[in-house]
Amino acid sequence: MQIKEVINSLNLNLLTHTGDMQMEVTGGYASDLLSNVMGQAEPGMVWVTMQGHQNVAAVASLIGLAAVIVAGGAPVEEDTLKKADANNINIAATDLPAYVVAGQLYALGITNGK
Amino acid sequence: MTEAKSVKMSYDVAGGDFDRAGEASANIKRMLQKIGIPADIVRRVAIGTYEAEMNVLIHAGGGTVNAEIFTDHTVINISDHGPGIPDIKLAMQEGWSTAPDYIRQMGFGAGMGLPNMMKCSDKFDIQSKIGEGTSITMEFNHISEDL
Ligand SMILES: Nc1ncnc2c1ncn2[C@@H]1O[C@H](COP(=O)(O)OP(=O)(O)OP(=O)(O)O)[C@@H](O)[C@H]1O
Ligand SMILES: [Mg+2]
Repeated sequence: MQIKEVINSLNLNLLTHTGDMQMEVTGGYASDLLSNVMGQAEPGMVWVTMQGHQNVAAVASLIGLAAVIVAGGAPVEEDTLKKADANNINIAATDLPAYVVAGQLYALGITNGK
Repeated sequence: MTEAKSVKMSYDVAGGDFDRAGEASANIKRMLQKIGIPADIVRRVAIGTYEAEMNVLIHAGGGTVNAEIFTDHTVINISDHGPGIPDIKLAMQEGWSTAPDYIRQMGFGAGMGLPNMMKCSDKFDIQSKIGEGTSITMEFNHISEDL
């Protein structure tokens, strides 16, 4: 499934403009600990988090994630979006809690990819 | 005698500068991609370098990232003149962290950076002296496991 279908299905609010919307989603990961994400997440995954500061964009770019989903209505800093757009990273936000987002991703058939 | 050709890159990392955090690793990543190193190797170098870069920025008040890219491997050295690590064995344990609260609020401080560096590199060396600083060297072979 392409990332744009995921964003549409979950009715997420896409905050960035330069990301690859055709990227094939390989799985999902949920965590608010950056080092944990770097050790566990794989390229093409969507990352569900409550973190909205700019290091999120850096981590997503280094791993090559399909998108970051900032859940729970957590604020996303302007600098985060700038960094994401500079690196062609998709960031989408939702008021849904992280738990619900993960459940909906699973319902779409996006598992933890392993 | 012919010397092995290499590309050298060097970056200063300013302590606490979260606006420019990750620039060294991002630039090294881009160079490796340009040279045509396999994607899974590039990712491992980027992750290891980012973890070390962030440690220097957070725990050591800044330092230097040096990369040397050879045809068959890449060597990354990250060094600082920070406080040093009193007990390296303890610091290498997953979950051990001295990160203050405001750093944890940004998602750092899981105590997984050093273990990640060791896992993602083919060779890992850490030297640290209290009051003098810390130096980490990682080596990455350019042989892809994806092939
Ligand atoms: N360059 C350094 N100078 C001084 N102390 C360091 C340095 N790098 C690591 N440390 C010490 O080692 C601990 C463990 O480092 P590690 O990178 O594994 O975890 P962390 O940085 O605390 O959290 P995380 O990397 O998961 O965000 C740090 O909390 C810090 O006390
Ligand atoms: Mg760390």
